[in-house]
Amino acid sequence: MPSTPRSSAPASPPERTSSGRYSLWRLLREGLTGQRGWSPAWTKAAPRARYRVVVVGGGGHGLATAYYLATVHGITDVAVLERGPLGLGNVARNTTIIRSNYFLPDNVRFYEFSLKLWEGLERTLNFNAMVSQRGTLNLFHTEAQRDLFTRRANLMRLEGVDAEALSCEAVKELVPLVDLDNGRYPVLGGFLQPRGGTVRHDAVAWGYARGASEAGVDIVEHCAVTGIRHAGGRVTGVETARGFIGADVVCLAVAGYSSELARLAGLELPIETHVLQAFVTEGLKPVLDVVLTYGAGHFYISQSDKGGLVFGGAIDGYNTYGQRGTLPMVEEVAAAAVTLLPALARVKVLRQWGGVMDMSMDGSPIISKTPLEGLILNGGWCYGGFKAIPAGGFTTAHLIAHGTPHPVAAHFDLGRFAAGRTVDERGVGPYPYLH
Amino acid sequence: MLRIPCPWCGTRDEVEFHYRGDASVSRPAAEGTPEEFTRYVYGRENPLGWHLEWWLHVGGCRRLLKVERHTLSHEIRWVGAPDQHPSAESPPQPVPQRAP
Repeated sequence: MPSTPRSSAPASPPERTSSGRYSLWRLLREGLTGQRGWSPAWTKAAPRARYRVVVVGGGGHGLATAYYLATVHGITDVAVLERGPLGLGNVARNTTIIRSNYFLPDNVRFYEFSLKLWEGLERTLNFNAMVSQRGTLNLFHTEAQRDLFTRRANLMRLEGVDAEALSCEAVKELVPLVDLDNGRYPVLGGFLQPRGGTVRHDAVAWGYARGASEAGVDIVEHCAVTGIRHAGGRVTGVETARGFIGADVVCLAVAGYSSELARLAGLELPIETHVLQAFVTEGLKPVLDVVLTYGAGHFYISQSDKGGLVFGGAIDGYNTYGQRGTLPMVEEVAAAAVTLLPALARVKVLRQWGGVMDMSMDGSPIISKTPLEGLILNGGWCYGGFKAIPAGGFTTAHLIAHGTPHPVAAHFDLGRFAAGRTVDERGVGPYPYLH
Repeated sequence: MLRIPCPWCGTRDEVEFHYRGDASVSRPAAEGTPEEFTRYVYGRENPLGWHLEWWLHVGGCRRLLKVERHTLSHEIRWVGAPDQHPSAESPPQPVPQRAP
């Protein structure tokens, strides 16, 4: 953002409490002194009249963008606006999986960049996000599928990413619960990314919020954006529930609602909003220590550190903003679960929920400038936004700070659709209900 | 669970239907500009509210229906044939109300 002048000096920063450094020593000390020394992890700020950058959306991507703007690029005159309490949207609704086992080299590079940031995240943020690299295992059930996975694994290895082929016996050893000799969909083997895994999703939002807040970013909750003001083709600020806030740059990080927010700026996006459901069972003793995905249906499952099995399937398949989902998909996911892991038939599901997401027309995200100068879009995450949070935030911050896309995310520009450079991992075409 | 009132078969569960996307998108004329074709292929209004969409009744009459449905409450207020449009000329079908 080198060409954008600051039209007013920022007001004096509000009182900002520091939560201090978290360490084993601090934990011991607080334990011995009645836990009285802790302070809130981030400051709940009141919005000022003007910022250099306003990030709309206090979820994973919005908070990560603000964090990297402040810490990597030194831009601290930033506000993150969240319509409700922090981190209750999709960052708290996903199935917490991280991986970089993609097919297209551009995607492998981007998600591998993200996985590397995950690997150092807790140290960087000084926050326990429970990053657990337990491995992600994709099963295959036909010879054609084996060939496809082998090709994918080879493409990943060419990019320097870890991928291993597992025999049927190795799958059995890793996940004894799997019904290998299923009459209809026998397991022929698996494709393992040992560095994939899970992360405690709430802690990601909290950790980034704490880091951003300490670096000087204002995190403003209960501040819904109701309008985007612009003049002469350039954004000038946002109307909010707490008054007008001026900004040189407005970044939308509101996946699920990107179309609605972009409409406020007069833009139409190549996005449809769909719901994806997720489920968690009662707590069990350790039975599954990898992230397992089924090859004969859309189903993935992992065991949380609390013991519950967290699983999900495909999107419900029609446009909806309802964060709940409907029963036919519940049945389909349950059928896949029991076919793959028959022992699950006797496990109780405790909770089911839905998150609404931006399904883009090629199944890949959009990190891009828009036709409105100063309006940056981070969206279109489909059902893969969580694993991309560190890289999405890092590259969006880069785009805001430099005005040019970060090399690993340059292919996620909005212009790719008109230019015919879509990044269609599955080769499905512009039909989100098939993605 | 959606219950879609098919004008030919009566009200049926959503599992009998396949969703076929936004019905408000229309193909530009052959001499249309690249921008018009880009919008046709990739542009979606994606409203939080009433949405005109295609549903194919694969498990019934196999006809393509045009449905007007609310994307938050999932209420369906109009169902018609592909050449119909929710307007004065084609009054809304008598659709039973359902709780969201």
